[in-house]
Amino acid sequence: MGTMTSDVWVFIEQRSGKPADVSFELLCKGRKLAHAMGGSLKAVVLGDQMDGVVTETFRFGADEALVIEHPALKQYRTMPYGRILSDLIRIHSPRIVLFGATIIGRDLAPRVASATRSGLTADCTDLQIADVAYLRKEYKNLLLQIRPAFGGNIVATIITPENPVQMATVREGVMEMHPLDGAVAGRVTKIPYVPDPEDELVTIIEQHREENRVNLKAAPIIVAGGYGLGSKGNFKLVYDLAHALGGEVAGSRAAVDAGFVPPERQVGQTGVTVRPKLYIAVGISGAIQHRAGMQESNKIIAINTDPDAPIFGISHYGIVGDATEVVPRFIEVFRNKLK
Amino acid sequence: MYHSIVLVKQVPDTANITGNVMQDDGTVNRAKLPAVFNPEDRVALEMALRVKDQFGGKITAITMGPPRASDMLRECLYMGADQAILVSDRKFAGADTLATSYVLSEAVKKIGGFDFIFGGRQAIDGDTAQVGPQTSEKLHLPQITYLEEILSIEGRTVTARRKIEGGYEVVRCTLPVLVTVIKDAVEPRPFSARRVMSHKGAKSLLEIEKMAEGNSLLYVDQLVHEFESRGLFIKTLTMDDLKLDPERCGVAGSPTKVFKVESVVLSGGGREMVEPTKTGLGKLIDKLMDDHILG
Ligand SMILES: Cc1cc2nc3c(=O)[nH]c(=O)nc-3n(C[C@H](O)[C@H](O)[C@H](O)COP(=O)(O)OP(=O)(O)OC[C@H]3O[C@@H](n4cnc5c(N)ncnc54)[C@H](O)[C@@H]3O)c2cc1C
Ligand SMILES: Cc1cc2nc3c(=O)[nH]c(=O)nc-3n(C[C@H](O)[C@H](O)[C@H](O)COP(=O)(O)OP(=O)(O)OC[C@H]3O[C@@H](n4cnc5c(N)ncnc54)[C@H](O)[C@@H]3O)c2cc1C
Repeated sequence: MGTMTSDVWVFIEQRSGKPADVSFELLCKGRKLAHAMGGSLKAVVLGDQMDGVVTETFRFGADEALVIEHPALKQYRTMPYGRILSDLIRIHSPRIVLFGATIIGRDLAPRVASATRSGLTADCTDLQIADVAYLRKEYKNLLLQIRPAFGGNIVATIITPENPVQMATVREGVMEMHPLDGAVAGRVTKIPYVPDPEDELVTIIEQHREENRVNLKAAPIIVAGGYGLGSKGNFKLVYDLAHALGGEVAGSRAAVDAGFVPPERQVGQTGVTVRPKLYIAVGISGAIQHRAGMQESNKIIAINTDPDAPIFGISHYGIVGDATEVVPRFIEVFRNKLK
Repeated sequence: MYHSIVLVKQVPDTANITGNVMQDDGTVNRAKLPAVFNPEDRVALEMALRVKDQFGGKITAITMGPPRASDMLRECLYMGADQAILVSDRKFAGADTLATSYVLSEAVKKIGGFDFIFGGRQAIDGDTAQVGPQTSEKLHLPQITYLEEILSIEGRTVTARRKIEGGYEVVRCTLPVLVTVIKDAVEPRPFSARRVMSHKGAKSLLEIEKMAEGNSLLYVDQLVHEFESRGLFIKTLTMDDLKLDPERCGVAGSPTKVFKVESVVLSGGGREMVEPTKTGLGKLIDKLMDDHILG
């Protein structure tokens, strides 16, 4: 390993050349972390013909992009990506390396952590830089890696005090994403791809990906319905409210399982994580797995017949009442205000 | 004929956590949670059994864990594993995924001669999904994570479908390979009544020692021999058996440290109850419009 730096690296994930949102979310967070330590932010881009993506990384705050391009890297594959990234980390010794907690990130990050013998914290929901006292020793500028565990029942803060490199994967949608103002140019460092026979141990024969048409993560207003709506017919009220407010429709897993709403609209631990300006939960009890996907919303309104429903515990506004009455009334009052 | 090694983990049943399991300091009282067979690891074992059903061969189940993990290893034998190995040592306690994968990979090397390693994608307590890929890296093996289905095995080549974001891909890989499976990949078979009958007496060294309580060491040796010859010995591998570097095991070998643990409490700060009437809703909507959240 080289000497210790204060640099933050973000692995830029791309699928068929299209960058993943989570990578840009991580750049925004990574920039803050790098500033706190006085280091710089680097985007690590692997793929084929990545110029467009590289420019984007500068827009989201990268000071430098390390770019490895080759047709063999067009699609993500464990062996070459893992090997290349591990080698780069050994040579440059960044202080922090961040990955999205996506299928690709969860396939790649542990492999790289193992090869470089680094600690890796999974599925973080928050990252902070702090000075820490641990076992009677003082550490400056450690990365606090905050993550849920035990099926979401606890939140643990993990540190890797003695390791030169601190690594974490972060869930999609939990960090804010906003580009810098004005034009920014970063440094591009191209690194040649040197093939290795092990790269070809796994070959991709075919790939099928359906573009997600609904983009819940980008919606400023979300109206989510739960099992409490009782029927697909009643669930239409959720669509009506979303339509009236100009928002997107979402649902709890129970609502998805009941067929009220399609699975790509599920919010929660096994669905999408969202943080809209406004989240309205209608007939949703507020199970921990649901809350995990929406509790960071700016404002939360809950409509529920049960005054003791856990959802009220994290709501800013609570309305105790029957959804089939409250929702139409809400729409009516709102429409009248617009007139 | 293929030899599959299956990585299995005993986990606290986090799906059924209730109030009294959470302690005042926010930590989980593991002793109050029933220990169960990690769900995806049963799927991994089923996958190995199907390979064996079709092509012949054998299955070795291994776990790194405390002595009580023998309960789960017996369940592996009931499902059809040929051999079960407990990798256990006080010095393994407090391992993070890096230390866990170090110990597991060394145990796998000791067993040797395998074609597949099957594991679950994720354990329901740590939830990291890291142990599979890390074990694979330590053995310099290729990996297929998030496996949904094995499409074919021909000689030294496996073709499989794995999940990717928004879809799936089909990959081809040369054996040996480490595979992690997702929960819905296959339905694990129930215990075979015949195998429960024949294997319920399987014992680990510790259990045999307990059984021989008060008798001479010679007697223990004799018992071990007897259990072994009947295929009922759950072999135990310790740190010394595997000649491991103590600095890479357990707490000492774990770079990640749990600095703080808090139970999830509902914040509930600043909650305001709104009357479900037209006036109540009207005031709420006004407020949201003033705050530029609506309208
Ligand atoms: C591993 C795991 C992962 C999971 N992942 C997710 C996930 O990603 N997302 C998710 O949402 N869930 C997830 N779940 C499921 C979760 O535990 C809950 O079961 C689910 O969120 C419950 O959905 P619900 O609130 O719609 O239904 P319920 O819990 O049945 O709640 C219905 C609510 O509606 C109220 N109600 C009834 N009638 C009315 C009415 N007329 N008007 C208004 N209110 C009414 C009731 O008081 C009740 O509070 C997961 C579970 C597990 C074990
Ligand atoms: C609150 C909390 C948070 C934690 N966070 C982290 C973290 O962020 N990073 C970290 O490195 N460690 C962490 N750990 C430690 C981690 O849980 C343990 O290292 C654990 O032994 C393995 O990790 P896992 O449960 O996540 O397994 P996973 O990696 O999710 O398991 C995947 C598969 O690997 C196999 N496997 C896993 N463990 C064993 C075993 N002992 N024997 C045989 N097969 C096995 C199984 O097939 C399993 O399905 C955390 C622990 C706690 C209690």
